[in-house]
Amino acid sequence: MQDIGLDLEGARVRLEELVDRAALGELCQSFYALFGIPVRIYSSDGALLADTSSEHEVCAYVNSIAAGRAACGATVGSVKLTEPDETGMAVHPCFTGNAYRILTIEYEGRRIGRVILGPFLPVEVQEVPSSFLELDPSIDPERAKRLLVRVPRAKPETISRIAKHLRSALDLILFSGHKTLLTSQMHLASVRESYRELEEKGKKLQEAFDKLKELDRLKSNFLATVSHELRTPLTSIIGYSEMLTEGIAGPMSTEQNEFVKTIHEKGNQLLGLIQSLLDLSKLESGTMSVRREPIRVEDVLGEVMKTLIPSARKKNVQLKLDGDGNLPEIRGDAERLRQVFTNLGDNAIKFTRDGGTVTLRTRTLGRDDDDDEDGFALLAPARKMIEVSVMDTGIGIPVAERDKVFDAFYQVDSSSTREFGGTGLGLSIVKRLVESHDGKIRIEDNKPRGAVFVVTLPTAQE
Amino acid sequence: MQLNFAGREVTIKLVYYGPALSGKTTNLRALHQLTSDESRGRLMTLETRDDRTLFFDMLPLLFRAEGPVQKSGERSYTPSEASAGMSVRVKVFTVPGQVLHGATRRLVLQGADGVAFVADSQLSETENNATSFLDLRSNLKEMGMSLREMPLVIQFNKRDLPNVRLDAEVLELAKRGREPVFKASALKGEGVLETFFGLLHLTWTRLETEHQLSRSLGLESDEFLPVAARKLGIKRDVQSLLASCLGNGLKPPPREVK
Repeated sequence: MQDIGLDLEGARVRLEELVDRAALGELCQSFYALFGIPVRIYSSDGALLADTSSEHEVCAYVNSIAAGRAACGATVGSVKLTEPDETGMAVHPCFTGNAYRILTIEYEGRRIGRVILGPFLPVEVQEVPSSFLELDPSIDPERAKRLLVRVPRAKPETISRIAKHLRSALDLILFSGHKTLLTSQMHLASVRESYRELEEKGKKLQEAFDKLKELDRLKSNFLATVSHELRTPLTSIIGYSEMLTEGIAGPMSTEQNEFVKTIHEKGNQLLGLIQSLLDLSKLESGTMSVRREPIRVEDVLGEVMKTLIPSARKKNVQLKLDGDGNLPEIRGDAERLRQVFTNLGDNAIKFTRDGGTVTLRTRTLGRDDDDDEDGFALLAPARKMIEVSVMDTGIGIPVAERDKVFDAFYQVDSSSTREFGGTGLGLSIVKRLVESHDGKIRIEDNKPRGAVFVVTLPTAQE
Repeated sequence: MQLNFAGREVTIKLVYYGPALSGKTTNLRALHQLTSDESRGRLMTLETRDDRTLFFDMLPLLFRAEGPVQKSGERSYTPSEASAGMSVRVKVFTVPGQVLHGATRRLVLQGADGVAFVADSQLSETENNATSFLDLRSNLKEMGMSLREMPLVIQFNKRDLPNVRLDAEVLELAKRGREPVFKASALKGEGVLETFFGLLHLTWTRLETEHQLSRSLGLESDEFLPVAARKLGIKRDVQSLLASCLGNGLKPPPREVK
């Protein structure tokens, strides 16, 4: 924990930090109004914090004479330096016959300042003392006496009572001042401490995140390398088994031929799977190159239809292409898009029962449905999208599963892997390929049954 | 601990820790009641409107250790012999118990010389006591302090309530544990002085070992506690207060191994 200058123990309490100077001035004024005795408050290092800025008439008279001014200055200086004893009080006389009372201001047993009360006239003083009259020949004894007796008289007990009262008032002010000071210090310190804590946690999270990202990158690299290394020998297996079935190495019995065909077929399956893994890792690591050239989606879909027909026939599923035939061109990679729609079509056929229908429907959209975008009102009218829907009448996909099916290796029902086959990689590749074309893919219901995969792609206009 | 030779004072910081509503502030109020006017400052409580501690409570206790007689007019502005009448300031703090004030608890704990853990004896609070104790441990650790090295006493408060852990159980737990244990009903003022002096004893012993405080204060080491009790206006005998400790005696924790 860093040091934030919090002083809960009160080791550095200073009077000037605890009190409001204006409030202290008002306190002095109200005492002056009550007792007619000037009050001054000093901090422990002698700085004047508050006073009543009033002067007795006799003081004004003294200050009108040069020698008086000098003597007054010396007295005041000496009063300021007087240090009260154990009792916390001291008396200092003035040459005019008046007196000052000095008291310490203590807080939690520490002296943090001083109050000077006076000048006041002690009760026992009846005559103008010689120390005043002999100061200067020009002093008029009559005037001096007249003015001196106007100074408020006070008994020592009275002054002690006033001092005590002043002290307790100050004590209250100091206590609440200290409380406020600590509250605000504590508040600030707590906020800083909480901030520090959050910052530390954020840093740790960031570190964990960076580490995960790095691990993810390593995983993708590993996958790419392994797939490549697997593919090389597999190509030989497929090639040589194909040559065997073609009889290049001499005739085989029917059974041998059957076995080698199985090797060839499974080899191809394995190659497809490895290719998918490779694609996925390329897409994840961002190293898949997607070409951007003007293409017609109808052409792509035509080829897709040709590829799908054999498997549709095998399952007795009707295959339809339904579109306005007048789609705008898009910019993209025909090969990759063919992969997308072949995959979606294959899937649709796979999950559709005997006698069902798979439809590829295209249409042009006026605008994107992403109305959260910046400047939507301006951009949307200028933009055109095309939409390709792959609709089946199969088992459908529950709403809760619709996001997850695009995760790699995810199967809605892992037991269906047995029934329908597949690696769970197809859709995650499809989604990434669509996204690499700045497109989107979503799943909807097909009425009355089945699922619709809707792919939207931006047109070449943009 | 802050030792200020120029100001001739030593400040000892004690912190009352524990789960929310276990009676930390009540302990301080009782301590305030039980000490003499001259020796205690105002009890400062920084609380919210519903009387829950927001930042902390603080009770300053002050007394002058008896040193050589000093000359008058020579108190704090002009330092004289270092050991002459050092003043001892024991500042007792409570932390806010509510879980959300974690940062504040750490701030209050900073620089603590000793900790009293105020546990709620009610059976239903067992879990909260444990959680708060672990919180204390992790906060100390975060500040580079270890629980083992911190003078620590445990108070089982609210003994007057029903559904509390039985005396026999508390005794058994105290015997098996490392820390001295005190029973208390802070609302009634029972066990409060015992806990305080138990903690002061441990803390003093520790500071004495590390800083030879008694020399600075001009006291014999074993005089400190009786002097403190007398100056704070405590009529009861310190030894009898300490004797109410359950389980392991008030042995100080081991010194920090550097």
